Amino acid sequence: MVVTLQHYLAVAAILFTIGVFGIFVNRKNVIIILMSIELILLSVNINFVAFSAYLNDVSGQVMAMFVLTVAAAEAAVGLAILVTFFRNRGDIAVDHASVMKG
Amino acid sequence: MLQGIAFYVLAAVTVIGGLLVVTARNPVHSVLWLILTFFSAAGLFVLLGAEFLAMLLVVVYVGAVAVLFLFVVMMLDVDFVRLREGFAKYLPLAVIVAGVLLAEMVMISLVVAQGGAVAASAGPATPNPDATNVEALGRVLYTDYVYIFQAAGIVLLIAMIGAIVLTLRHKPNIKRQDVSRQVGRDRNKAMEIKSVPTGAGVKPEDLV
Repeated sequence: MVVTLQHYLAVAAILFTIGVFGIFVNRKNVIIILMSIELILLSVNINFVAFSAYLNDVSGQVMAMFVLTVAAAEAAVGLAILVTFFRNRGDIAVDHASVMKG
Repeated sequence: MLQGIAFYVLAAVTVIGGLLVVTARNPVHSVLWLILTFFSAAGLFVLLGAEFLAMLLVVVYVGAVAVLFLFVVMMLDVDFVRLREGFAKYLPLAVIVAGVLLAEMVMISLVVAQGGAVAASAGPATPNPDATNVEALGRVLYTDYVYIFQAAGIVLLIAMIGAIVLTLRHKPNIKRQDVSRQVGRDRNKAMEIKSVPTGAGVKPEDLV
């Protein structure tokens, strides 16, 4: 049972697909959509780290750290927008989100 | 052998956890499944020899981001049943799109597997025994990538300011301390001298 690079790539691909699937299925729930984006970014991180380990180049892990940073910032701003949207409208249904346009 | 078992267990938990994140009825449960997914992904990182990133994943994602999600989910009083309307309606389209995406990615990884850049390596390359993972990461991060590192700090700062600006609100009926007004106050603004005729007195409405 040798674990090759392809195994990790398969896990990342499945996780990415689950993330996209979640965005499509939960069209109304912004919280789940944000979590799906986190899943997608996690799968990207798995790819980065797997390639970094199998090519013996630590740069991939540095990139994964930057992805992590951007994901954290995105989650913070996204949830802040969500809270503001909820305060103004009383619900978080995305299909009404066009009222936000100026 | 043991590594293989560990990989398959962690990968299965990651995938099942991810699937439950997007299908759970209650968003609070979704966040808890997300935490499980992150934990097992951190385990995968440890298997790959990236201990520092694994700990970072646990600290940053589980400790900060997931808890932030949990706070928001519990704070907002949302009718979650209504938000699940259309789940069955969108399901066929979602399955088709996800299937196409997965097929494409599997195809590409098969091509990579047959004579791609990394086809030869059968296991993770043994890292330099002289340097730990953290040390190797730090040597690269603070030299080759120092500008991007600083930029990442700025991104976090801007995200923090943005989140504060978006959610901070001033209620109009609350008395607040206005330091500049307090400091700028002097005798001419604070008091007024009125000459009161002897014996006439002062009516209260004259004082305003």
